[in-house]
Amino acid sequence: MNNLLQDTALIFPALLIPLFPLIGFMVNGVFGKYLPKQITGWLASLAILGSFICAAYLFLNMNKGSNINIDMFEWISFAHIQIGFGFLIDPLTLIMLLVITGIGFLIHLYSISYMHEDEGFTRFFTYLNMFVFFMLLLVMGNNYLVMFIGWEGVGLCSYLLIGFWFKNNAYNNAAKKAFIMNRIGDLGFLLGMFFMLFYFGSLNYDVVANEAAKLGINNSLITITTILLFVGASGKSAQIPLYTWLPDAMAGPTPVSALIHAATMVTAGIYMIVRSNVLFALSPITLEVILIVGILTSVMAAIIGLLQNDIKKVLAYSTVSQLGLMFCALGMGAFSSGMFHVVTHAFFKALLFLGSGSVIHALHGEQDIRNMGGLAKYTKVTFYTFFIGSLAISGIFPFAGFFSKDEILAHAFQENIVVWIILTTSSLITAFYMFRLVYLTFFNEFRGTEDVKKHIHESPALMTIPLVVLTILSVIGGFMGLPEGLGFTHAFGNFLSEVTAPSLPYLKQHQHLSHATEIGLMIFAVVAALSMIVWARIKYVKNKELPAADESLTGLNKIISNKFYVDEFYNNIIVKPITVLSDLFLVLIDKLIIDLAVNATAWVVSATGKTLRLLQNGNTGFYVFAMVIGMIVLLLIRVIL
Amino acid sequence: MMTIYILLLPLLASLIALAAGNKFASRLALFFSAAELLLTVYAYIIFTKEGYAPFAIQHAWISSPSISINMGVDGLSLLMVILTNLISPLIILSAFNRNIENASRYFALILFMQFAMLGVFISFDGLLYYIFWELALIPIYFIALNWGGKNRVAVTLKFFIYTLAGSLLMLVGFIYLYWKNPNHTFNWHELSALTNVCSCDQSWLFWLIFIAFAIKIPIVPFHTWQADTYSESPTQGTMLLSGIMLKMGIYSLFRWLLPIVPAGVAQWGPLALTLCIIGVVYASVIAIMQGDLKRLLAYSSLSHVGLIAAGVFVLNSSGMQGAAVQMLAHAINVVGLFYCADIIINRTGTSNLYLLGGIRNVAPRFNTLFMIVVLGSVALPLTNAFIGEFLLLFGVYTYNTWLAVFAGLTIILGAVYMLRMFQITMLGNTSEHTAQFNDLSINESIVLGTIAILIFVTGIYPKPIIELVQPTLEVILNKALIK
Repeated sequence: MNNLLQDTALIFPALLIPLFPLIGFMVNGVFGKYLPKQITGWLASLAILGSFICAAYLFLNMNKGSNINIDMFEWISFAHIQIGFGFLIDPLTLIMLLVITGIGFLIHLYSISYMHEDEGFTRFFTYLNMFVFFMLLLVMGNNYLVMFIGWEGVGLCSYLLIGFWFKNNAYNNAAKKAFIMNRIGDLGFLLGMFFMLFYFGSLNYDVVANEAAKLGINNSLITITTILLFVGASGKSAQIPLYTWLPDAMAGPTPVSALIHAATMVTAGIYMIVRSNVLFALSPITLEVILIVGILTSVMAAIIGLLQNDIKKVLAYSTVSQLGLMFCALGMGAFSSGMFHVVTHAFFKALLFLGSGSVIHALHGEQDIRNMGGLAKYTKVTFYTFFIGSLAISGIFPFAGFFSKDEILAHAFQENIVVWIILTTSSLITAFYMFRLVYLTFFNEFRGTEDVKKHIHESPALMTIPLVVLTILSVIGGFMGLPEGLGFTHAFGNFLSEVTAPSLPYLKQHQHLSHATEIGLMIFAVVAALSMIVWARIKYVKNKELPAADESLTGLNKIISNKFYVDEFYNNIIVKPITVLSDLFLVLIDKLIIDLAVNATAWVVSATGKTLRLLQNGNTGFYVFAMVIGMIVLLLIRVIL
Repeated sequence: MMTIYILLLPLLASLIALAAGNKFASRLALFFSAAELLLTVYAYIIFTKEGYAPFAIQHAWISSPSISINMGVDGLSLLMVILTNLISPLIILSAFNRNIENASRYFALILFMQFAMLGVFISFDGLLYYIFWELALIPIYFIALNWGGKNRVAVTLKFFIYTLAGSLLMLVGFIYLYWKNPNHTFNWHELSALTNVCSCDQSWLFWLIFIAFAIKIPIVPFHTWQADTYSESPTQGTMLLSGIMLKMGIYSLFRWLLPIVPAGVAQWGPLALTLCIIGVVYASVIAIMQGDLKRLLAYSSLSHVGLIAAGVFVLNSSGMQGAAVQMLAHAINVVGLFYCADIIINRTGTSNLYLLGGIRNVAPRFNTLFMIVVLGSVALPLTNAFIGEFLLLFGVYTYNTWLAVFAGLTIILGAVYMLRMFQITMLGNTSEHTAQFNDLSINESIVLGTIAILIFVTGIYPKPIIELVQPTLEVILNKALIK
């Protein structure tokens, strides 16, 4: 046991990280109904704070190059294969831990106030703790199967939280859809694990990476495995074709959206690929596939985002789009850049979602931006924080999104100019619709009813404090990844390098861009994004344009507004055929063919019986005769055999 | 002697329950089944220390044809004994507070059923095994016939004849093997070591024996008795059938098919495997559109056991261990599901999904436990069925990648029909049928709570189960691989 060699001072806090939320979940789950409401909320929040402190402690005290590996017990075994249950903490895990627990804590805090009127308050925090617990398991596991526990676990929690208001069947449908779409991806993950288990004999990260490296680059086995893993990742991280659950996931309370979109769940797919970076680097074909899917998702979601009028839907499509961008980074082999964008995105997306929650809170549930406007003067904190969050996601210097986005775009520029053009376009669309959102929501005059207007108010401190903290992070978060090309040290990349270094030999290496080009690209991106913002300002503030009513849309606008009819398409080619098949199987095959055959057999037997009964005629002579014949036959059989 | 005690205690309990009268029958039955469970725990402890030696019993019974009382308990048998004796008290407890006429007879039959099924699992003499196999049919027939639903007469008759017909084929096969055995016995150890049965004979022997088990399990297309019988039987009957009795079929594949006709398995196993896996998807797809709670569960069970049976035919250790683990998991989960269905039907008077809904509003405790059972049956990690399904699907994968992809659809389709069922019954707003739904009583909480605990315990730490069956399954696998 190598455990003993390791410093117990680190193992203990490491084990506490998942334990706190688990305890919070259990206490609230079992005794929650006997506790005062506020207590349960604080209990859950403090549990996450405890995890965050432990994670920070590890971050400060772990020496570079010394990972923590804890083998707990043997979980599943057969033949010569043993799959254990254990934890691994390395720089990649640490980053995820800090993001999950840090942002998770802020979201918990915010929820205490946001949910205070909800009758399911305690239940909400129970689920929230469980969600964080599974997410922690996902990133802390030391093999793919433990990751898979967390993987499916967050799927379950998203099901429970999206369908939190379970009286509404539309919400329930959204929850079910999320679970099932994730399950489709999970099947890919599962099959990917089977390949690893069969050919490498293990699911431990290091063993798999070493064994795969022996096979060398472009091995079809690795290509299949990585494609399957990617299917899993695209389910969890909402990529084409499995992205449609994420916009529907808005059905849950807004803090849940923040949790799903920023700290947990959707980052899982990226984490998984970065965790398997050696495997993916060995398969250029898979990387190509990831890049293409990422590009398509990024652009498609951005275009859809242009015409959404629900404040949360806009943000949802922006998440899908940003995730696409992250996948592009992974597809180009820029694993560390992808992770960097995960982190900065977590800051500003959590901020934006919580901000939108504050807006919805102020307007008593109104989500349609056509009925908003002029909120800046009523809700100052929400406005300023939301504004900065929007600058960050639009990639404006010096906010967090600028650095991470720029890094990905610089990679794209080197990889392929077409990719760069498309991704830049997608970023510009993002800048446009984000400020369309900002201007429609916060500027000009309020467009809702007088009744709502009277009650507009800023949210309480418990909600605004997390907003402010996240805003600070969105402002300074980018500085942990200053561009290396300009002679800075990339603190984030260096920290992660231990994890991504093994894949470097298999990746195309690019020269650094010249300083002039790099700076030129940055200036171009920022200027272009700013002009988009200005355009949005002219359109929505100066000219006071309003998005058209849904019914009046025609042509392309109608198609975009209806999200390219992808849901309808899936419904027609998958859902409906299965329901038809189901009836067909039951009525035609089960009832008609099989049961008829069974009954026919029974009928033949009974008819034969009726016929043979005639032989039993009570004639003793006939019986004796039959008996003798029978004995002769039996004897003959014995002799012959 | 341990073996005999375990076998005969339920029989004794059955007689006592019958004599005790309706008032005390249920409590006596529970008492004895709990005692039986304790005895089983004791047996497990002995087994882990001393192996199967203390359990072997060999007595001459009938000299011609030579039939002996040949019983024993190896790892697989013990798993089945544990399964039976763990589930039986739950089944008995689930009948508490339900108005059951002639309760003493009802509980006597349940206990008698337990006795007969235990006999199946511990017999190592072919004919003795066959006697118990048929004996188990009698109590369940009467349970379904006397306490069942409206169409019970026609449905139970079909079930009875169908399974009996299959069993007779098996008997013919056994008799043939008896003659082939130079010692002329039905002894399992001898039959599973026969070298003089040519593969030409094994070819048809396979079908004689297989069909008997395929009907019992059931494997598509031998399943058409199932949905009707499950929905017409009283809840305890359905639990006995789906929880324990169908495992007789899967157990028998291990014990009385693979090692007995290995060449036949080599020849026809792939076809049987294909049938199993077609059944997995076929039954799932049907389950998606079912409007009746019990029928939906029947088809879901059909799908799950298809995968278990597939694990037997892949002939590798992953698949076989998966099958063993999943037998226990399925028993626990399916009993839980049918119990939840019973709770709903008992309170609302309907099993029509579309008349239900919103139960979660009025029965939060029931909601939580029902949810856990549903999660178990969709094989969420950390629940028991995940271990089984992972091993099973990996076993199928080892056999053939594409079959695993097809069988793997079960994890998607399972979620589809289970969540649909859960949503329609539990979520949304209450209907007129569910508005007055009372939350769980204490008895009900104990049963479902126990099931929930079992789901997690065996899902988080399945090692004892795997270690229990591993040596036996290796012996069987080696026998099966010698052609």
